[in-house]
Amino acid sequence: MKTNAEVIIIGGGIIGCATAYYLAKRGAEVIVLECSDNIGNGGSSRNGGGVRQSGRDVRELPLVMYGIKHLWPGLSEELGVDCEYRQEGNLRLGKNEKHAQILQKLADNARKAGLDVRMIDGDEVRSINPYLSDEVTVASWCPTDGHANPLTTTLGYYKAARNLGVSFITGERVTALRTVGGRIRQVITEDTVYEGESVLVAAGLDSRPILDSVGIDIPMTKSLLECLVTEAEPQMFGQMLGTADADFYGHQTKHGSFVFGGSSGLERYNKDNGTPVTSSKTAPCICRGIIKYFPDLAKAKIVRTWAGFMDASSDGVPSIGKVDEIPGLYVACAFHGHGFGIAPGAAHQLAQLITTGSTDVDLQDLRYDRYKAVN
Amino acid sequence: MNALSDRSRDIGPFVEKEGDDLLVCRCEEITKGEIRKAVHDGMWTITEIRRYLRAGMGLCQGQTCSKLVKGIVARELGISPAELEPATSRAPMRPIEMRVFAEESKEDHDEN
Repeated sequence: MKTNAEVIIIGGGIIGCATAYYLAKRGAEVIVLECSDNIGNGGSSRNGGGVRQSGRDVRELPLVMYGIKHLWPGLSEELGVDCEYRQEGNLRLGKNEKHAQILQKLADNARKAGLDVRMIDGDEVRSINPYLSDEVTVASWCPTDGHANPLTTTLGYYKAARNLGVSFITGERVTALRTVGGRIRQVITEDTVYEGESVLVAAGLDSRPILDSVGIDIPMTKSLLECLVTEAEPQMFGQMLGTADADFYGHQTKHGSFVFGGSSGLERYNKDNGTPVTSSKTAPCICRGIIKYFPDLAKAKIVRTWAGFMDASSDGVPSIGKVDEIPGLYVACAFHGHGFGIAPGAAHQLAQLITTGSTDVDLQDLRYDRYKAVN
Repeated sequence: MNALSDRSRDIGPFVEKEGDDLLVCRCEEITKGEIRKAVHDGMWTITEIRRYLRAGMGLCQGQTCSKLVKGIVARELGISPAELEPATSRAPMRPIEMRVFAEESKEDHDEN
């Protein structure tokens, strides 16, 4: 088993797999270490599949816009796996004046950053999606948003990276990093010491203790989200959906099933024993929300529910880039529950940063050391 | 670390075999050949197979095919089926209508 490479990536989620793929394409030798027995076992396979620009913080907008322009459209063909990418717009729905104000502010900020997103009224919403109930009176509409299949996309990057010679080791938990002569050099696991010239920490929540071993702290916390999926239904609509309150989101998949995510407000207090488990209250709560928006789905059958932890960042956007204090060390974590759609752009730029030292997209606003005390 | 940890271990090339067109997951219509091929694409755990192909993700949630899928994957990897962890079982036990789950109405067969 190989223990030496130019780049060691910690974390076999979509960020780790995709960065490994883009690095291998650039000719780099890469090892990916994944603590779970399964590739993509964290947020990468538990999210709602949004490939969305609207509703995002302007600091991370350039990176996701880069991916949607340059990477997502050809991704299925490139990876040789159906990523089920569908670019038919995002409706962010509102029901009252307070929602309208939230949506207007998000839309104004996004437009300043160069994104085509506009406010529409209830009638226009229903001309785009006739299944929505009259309760919806306002929405923001971003025609270049969409959705994809997080499972096949993550495993597609893994497959393509593996075909390019990347070594993947699963069930391998990293306990510490070690520097040699001031540079990052070693990645230490229970039984093995891996060595690389560069190390990328993309381990979601586990990034914090790993980075802590070399004195870097990125404030993030664990937050549970739940999703559900229905049986296959006839194709009804192609948009990605969200709400002003961010309490509900979802889409219809290529397979015909509807994937919806949401919360009951009780997630922070679940008895999870360290693994993400669903509660009996959340899925019914999501169902109540869905039926109000989509009365036609009342008889759709739920076949499965699941939960995942998001690596919640203290200011809502990820930390991506190189660590100045420790040459050779890079981070990509705290994606705050919306790391899927942004992953191709982030990974592509990280691979460029690691191999050339520069990026096309300015990552300054996503620096790992931006967190400051409030006063 | 276990027998499946090093994903670069050589398991030989994918070779088409008789019986590859047999339907294994009937809900999602996944064949034996597709499952064998997925193993050669790097999907070495039942969870990965499920996420990659949808085998066991349909109406019965794998209650029919999970043992068969395990046997096929184990044979392809040259290991015992006992070394493969089953996929996580997830609620609800049986498909359930949203309006019932939502507790907003009782299951009323007269309406159907």
